[in-house]
Amino acid sequence: MMDTLYGLLIAPFAEFAFMQRALAGSLMLSLGACPVGVFLMLRRMSLSGDAMAHAILPGAAAGFLFYGLEILPMTIGGLIAGIIVALGAGAVSRFTIQREDASMAAFYLISLAIGVLMVSIRGSSVDLMHVLFGTVLALNNEALTLIGGIVLVTLVSLAIFWRGLVAECLDPLFLRSVSRLGSPVHFIFLGLVVLNLVGGFQALGTLLSVGLMMLPAAAARFWTMRVEPMCVLAVLIGFASCVAGLLLSYHVSLPSGPAIILSAGVVYFASILFGTRGILRARIIHHRHRTA
Amino acid sequence: MTKTCLTFRDLTLGYNSHPAIHHLDGTIRRGSLTAVVGANGSGKSTLMKGIVGVLKPMAGTVVRAPGVRAAYLPQQSELDRSFPARVVDLVSLGLWPRRGLLGRYTREDRDSVSQALMAVGLGGFEKRPIDTLSGGQLQRTLFARVLLQDADLILLDEPFNAVDTKTVGDLIALIKRWHGEERTILVVVHDLELVRQNFPETLLLARQPIAWGETRETLRPENLLRARRFHEAWEENAPWCEPDKHGDHGHDHAHDHHHGSGPRAA
Repeated sequence: MMDTLYGLLIAPFAEFAFMQRALAGSLMLSLGACPVGVFLMLRRMSLSGDAMAHAILPGAAAGFLFYGLEILPMTIGGLIAGIIVALGAGAVSRFTIQREDASMAAFYLISLAIGVLMVSIRGSSVDLMHVLFGTVLALNNEALTLIGGIVLVTLVSLAIFWRGLVAECLDPLFLRSVSRLGSPVHFIFLGLVVLNLVGGFQALGTLLSVGLMMLPAAAARFWTMRVEPMCVLAVLIGFASCVAGLLLSYHVSLPSGPAIILSAGVVYFASILFGTRGILRARIIHHRHRTA
Repeated sequence: MTKTCLTFRDLTLGYNSHPAIHHLDGTIRRGSLTAVVGANGSGKSTLMKGIVGVLKPMAGTVVRAPGVRAAYLPQQSELDRSFPARVVDLVSLGLWPRRGLLGRYTREDRDSVSQALMAVGLGGFEKRPIDTLSGGQLQRTLFARVLLQDADLILLDEPFNAVDTKTVGDLIALIKRWHGEERTILVVVHDLELVRQNFPETLLLARQPIAWGETRETLRPENLLRARRFHEAWEENAPWCEPDKHGDHGHDHAHDHHHGSGPRAA
């Protein structure tokens, strides 16, 4: 019995170095990306994460075109493209009448088109699949160091700007009346989104990295009424999804990225149903009420 | 030490090149309690935004005396009520001027948050999620935040909306306490009876000041009549206001809005 459990849950990680690297990389990624996802969701920018993930493509593709499947050039390229789109869309929404959803859509579509164009100039669709869907099972030391650095920057920035970020989400007009930090905080936050997506595309690909950012956050929303526990819970859900997804991918030979995201998807649906603020609680248990 | 808290110099505020406050000159005395009165669209909220600095002037300036910190309760807050926060989290934002981005909240800060909630009659509401508050309770929560900001200049834009009579009394008492503490207060109010009873000074606006001074003088029937006759709508083709033409009110310029007659020249 214990042997079976060991064989199912522990052995894949204990025996194979590539599984250990995959686990380390994806866990670190969750640590940074999930809290960022919580704030994206609370700012009603959940789909912006998706848009940003597309926006990274031309930068990553440029790195890929010039240097091949190398981590550093692709990451730097993705970072530059993401920051241009984030700053551009953010600036348009801050300084014109257009809302961020529209400006973000415009910028990312242009960016995505450029990216697809660049990949199609040289390379096959197999290359494109590499960029889009990542390679969590082939993380090298370079990639792990990069992800580690990104997580560190993310957590430190969140700790420093936490109060400003909460104020900017909760009551932006108030923040503007007492401080000039509103706009900087918003742009720093967009920067963190880009950073984490870029970190994620090594492991999960540009399209799936946004899943690890958003799904745990969306699931955590059904369990708590406060931001701090929501972030912690999102990270824990992210951890669980990574472990479950990697094991699933190992035992059933599934691609690892989708397996991780689908595990998070299962948690999301379970949370909708069974969360303390989920459907079943609201419909069934709340028929009882107190006297005051 | 100067006695002036705010100075308006030829201040014009507005939207899309149309003025909502037109060439306002004057000063607000330190420690004064002023009601800002006027019809819809007469520029009351716009003036508040201009003083706080969230709306940049189209012309002229608002000058705050050095070191004056403002607290602002907007008419339409951009508060996101679906954000997972408790009453105490919202009120604690009022500690920003004292603690800023990184300062740790002390035990004393937490006590002052509770006291502020007590003062607006919301003792024991600390842990309530903000999406469960009624409109009036939310308004009082925001009042508590203003209280906590401990500002020298307090700007309240229609603070008595959706608030029941008893609470209006409580909030007026709070405003009078601030007045007693020599803070400078401007309040946008619609209820003239309330103004007559509680506010020593009044600014009557109709895009420009109709009358400004002691409340009983300002709210005389002829002034109110003039304020009511002002033309609320913009005129798309109103002539441009030339910089050299204003300032000598009393002459009849093509663009002059004097005496509440509105921009009818075109």
